[in-house]
Amino acid sequence: MINRLFRNILFFIILLLVQVLILDNLQISSYAVPFLYILFILMLPFETPGWLLLILAFFTGFVMDLFQHTYGFHTAATVLMAWFRPGVLKLIIPQDGYVPNSEPRIHHYGFAWFMKYIVILVFIHHAFLFYFEVFSFHHFFTTLFRVIISALFTVFLIILSQFSVHKSKGFARG
Amino acid sequence: MRNLLRFLYKYYFFLFFLILEVIAVSMGIQYSLYQRARFVSATENISAFFNETISSFSDYFQLVETNRKLSLENTRLKNQLQRVYRSDDLFFIGEQDTLHRQKYFFTSARVINNSVNRMHNYLTIDKGRKQGISPEMGVICPEGIVGITAGVTKNFSSVISLLNINFHVSAKLKKNDYFGTLSWDGQDYRRAILNDIPYHVSIELGDTVVTSGFSAIFPEGIMIGTVEKAKVVNGNFYTIVVKLSTDFKCLVYVDVISNLQKKERKKLENYD
Repeated sequence: MINRLFRNILFFIILLLVQVLILDNLQISSYAVPFLYILFILMLPFETPGWLLLILAFFTGFVMDLFQHTYGFHTAATVLMAWFRPGVLKLIIPQDGYVPNSEPRIHHYGFAWFMKYIVILVFIHHAFLFYFEVFSFHHFFTTLFRVIISALFTVFLIILSQFSVHKSKGFARG
Repeated sequence: MRNLLRFLYKYYFFLFFLILEVIAVSMGIQYSLYQRARFVSATENISAFFNETISSFSDYFQLVETNRKLSLENTRLKNQLQRVYRSDDLFFIGEQDTLHRQKYFFTSARVINNSVNRMHNYLTIDKGRKQGISPEMGVICPEGIVGITAGVTKNFSSVISLLNINFHVSAKLKKNDYFGTLSWDGQDYRRAILNDIPYHVSIELGDTVVTSGFSAIFPEGIMIGTVEKAKVVNGNFYTIVVKLSTDFKCLVYVDVISNLQKKERKKLENYD
């Protein structure tokens, strides 16, 4: 239990550093802006109680807001995504259900399941974030394009991160 | 009572979500509707520290380019100095020259945080109230204009970049002084849109666009960019695509302009 808590805190800090030190300085184009930090909420164990999920999402978003100098955008988007998480998990439940005490990872439930899970939630987060940031539907299609490209970028990074985590874990055990 | 408790228990997840979401959204709305500058506070100092550390690393990679730019500007300034001295010789007639008073004062600053890929882009610079910066001062770099200071703390200032869909600046065509409003449409960090130039004006590609000096923020004639495309869209005015002369992706050193006669001018023009 303690071990898991510690691991999650470490994971949070690493994600934050990657986001702030690398991804935020990686200015490829205004259309491709990855937000990897939401992986923290996505990777929480299945049994995480609802209130904790929402509080953690609020906190994560708020910290990101501080670093991005935007107040409320990331918080609102991350909380919305966290609220959708249990519903999405229920919607795409595999035939034999979820294994107790496991985490929604790619090597537990397979690539297809993981993609469904990630794409839906990342899209919700990014869509809300970008439209809220522009604060109008004036440039509707430009923003939609930004949402799609950025979401694809984030999904790509998440998949990549899954393989690296999986590998290092296996290495430690072996 | 028991029903209420049962109701709360059943829907607590949704209600709790609603509370947190309302808090976050109202924060965001306040932030969008009012000047973000108000939110510059203690938090700015924390993240400014981080940004300064990051930029102290990344500055190294731009040293060559920065040196080249600085030496170019040095040469330009030396030339200007020569001209000024000569003109002073000419005008030396033993009278007190009241026109020859300094109007603008420049403060050099380093960019420690910058973005180009959002709709509302901001920069952070490493000079603040202590160094004489206050809100609504123009910020330029050797190539052209950069933005306007918004929030100021003791040692840092946040600058509304030209690449911000809320940013507007009065600009004119250098060759014939017709003026319009320049703003950014949020699409490309190298291009901005100049509106309100009447259709009868002759415009050629490559014409220079500079600041008009109508606002008390920028002096007249600061470079903005060159005309890349011009067309008349429904009505009497051109929509001109301006290729910006400032490269927002590699800003390192900028100058903050304080207008020493701003107060006097504002008093006359009677707006606050």
